[in-house]
Amino acid sequence: MSIASALKARDPAQLPSKRDEDWRWTDLRGLLRVLPPPAGPVDLAGLGTGPFDALATQTHILAGGREAVEIVVPAQGEATLALRVVSRGEAALSTRASVRVGRGAKLRLFESYEGDAGAYVTHVGLEIVLEEGAALERIVLAADGDDGVLVSQAQVALGARAEYGQTVVTSGARRQRLETAVDHPGADAKVRLDGAYLLAGKRHADLTTVVRHLGVDGTTSQLAKGVVRDQARAIFQGRIVVEEGADRTDARMGHHALILSDQAEVDARPELLIHADDVQCAHGNTIGRLDEEALFYMRQRGLPEAAARGLLIEAFVGEVADRMWNEAAREPIRAWLAERLAG
Amino acid sequence: MLSISNLRAEVDGNEILKGLSLEVPSGEVHAIMGPNGAGKSTLSYVLTGREGYEVTGGTATLDGEDLLALDPAERAAKGVFLSFQYPLEIPGVPALTFIRTAMNAQRKARGEPEVSAPEFLKLAKATAAALKIEFDMLKRALNVGFSGGEKKRMEIFQMAMLSPRFLILDETDSGLDIDALRIVSDGVNAMRSPDRSMLVITHYQRLLDYIKPDRVHVLSAGRIVASGGPELALELEREGYDKYARAA
Repeated sequence: MSIASALKARDPAQLPSKRDEDWRWTDLRGLLRVLPPPAGPVDLAGLGTGPFDALATQTHILAGGREAVEIVVPAQGEATLALRVVSRGEAALSTRASVRVGRGAKLRLFESYEGDAGAYVTHVGLEIVLEEGAALERIVLAADGDDGVLVSQAQVALGARAEYGQTVVTSGARRQRLETAVDHPGADAKVRLDGAYLLAGKRHADLTTVVRHLGVDGTTSQLAKGVVRDQARAIFQGRIVVEEGADRTDARMGHHALILSDQAEVDARPELLIHADDVQCAHGNTIGRLDEEALFYMRQRGLPEAAARGLLIEAFVGEVADRMWNEAAREPIRAWLAERLAG
Repeated sequence: MLSISNLRAEVDGNEILKGLSLEVPSGEVHAIMGPNGAGKSTLSYVLTGREGYEVTGGTATLDGEDLLALDPAERAAKGVFLSFQYPLEIPGVPALTFIRTAMNAQRKARGEPEVSAPEFLKLAKATAAALKIEFDMLKRALNVGFSGGEKKRMEIFQMAMLSPRFLILDETDSGLDIDALRIVSDGVNAMRSPDRSMLVITHYQRLLDYIKPDRVHVLSAGRIVASGGPELALELEREGYDKYARAA
């Protein structure tokens, strides 16, 4: 991966730039003229608890001095795990995680990106494999600092009848990209790829997904929603490719954003590339402002303006939390969203 | 008592209310009738503080308190309620959640304690039953996908729950079939009380067969041009607004 090798070699020329079509809105080379030195070992005892420790039976940590993690759930097994990626100070951190969910096994994986106020540059490369009939729900909470740069790239391969559900929730970073590429075999496998972003200040978040439907009878459902204010910028790139012969594919993509200030920006590129005949595909993309008439209606009933705005926005992004399979995880995600909205 | 004196208001620089005066004493129901474009809906928005409706002169007070100085939420907390001609959809917010949030915001503004969950639920169940609203409907996002009649019924439901002192019904009969009209009117009539006043805005006389007004006013070209008893509504129904349009 070019970012991992750029960090190792401290060579910004290897970073993707706006000349790369898929990176044109998240230019790294233009931003990072110099790369920081590699991260030294992090004192794990001094880290404190992660946001999902209470939900998981075991927590894995990726940080300076601990750059690789391997997670295996054996066939028919069941596990609820947390994976924390901890970025500290002005340092480059290049990490890898491999996740394998065996035949018929179930995994709930809670991933958190935890950054401090430093000018770190962190890369996370994940390889995720679901064997036949396996299920994984991956919940990603990206809580980066104002000056941090984070790129997370997940490559997902699915077996027949596997179920992969993903919900990414982020408040952005100086520059941040959360990328997921799924090879979808069809074969009654199901994919859900959701995301929510709440961006303020000068923060940037890029949700990029690519799903390639390679065989018949596959389902993909995607819903991304977000709110940008101040001078923040959000990117949504969703591509679904239905390859020749991948008939009876059912793929639905939705991206909806609210822009709350004149200087905030949302760039969206939803793409459906369909090379098969018998498919059901749909996409919807809306970018707008809060409904002023609805706001007046709510105020007429007694809600102060700020409360009315908050309720509308919370309901708008809350739909993403409602779609999570794991009900126990909805509450902490909702609470995190509400906290960001209040701030 | 609602008291409006020589009220002037404009929208986008066009004067719509041109010196409107009106008093609605506590316990009374007054109807405002008038041709399209007379300023009926403008009056309801000016009284509730909608942005874009600029007051350029005159006063409006509720029990002596200046309404025009307050923001919309403060007016609501003082007891002003507008039943919208076209109620808005509030996606993602269940009706019950919305009404409880509104009720508690009003109570907070008045320095009262929040309503308890059991107390609220009991009130909601009783009120829904009286208005023949399925309780499950209250768990759905407010007005989203509701029919015109259902939306109007939800307006009356909110009105009954929030128990305002001064009610404005803006074209509440539009979009209602005869059965729904009866249910809505019964709901409104049940709220008549000596310490509550109502302003019923309507183009047609039909609604006034169900909600009997104490007084009827004709609004034309931004002013009240005639006032009388309930018989005035019948006369308007027979003879139309022509003569008042000329008078204005």
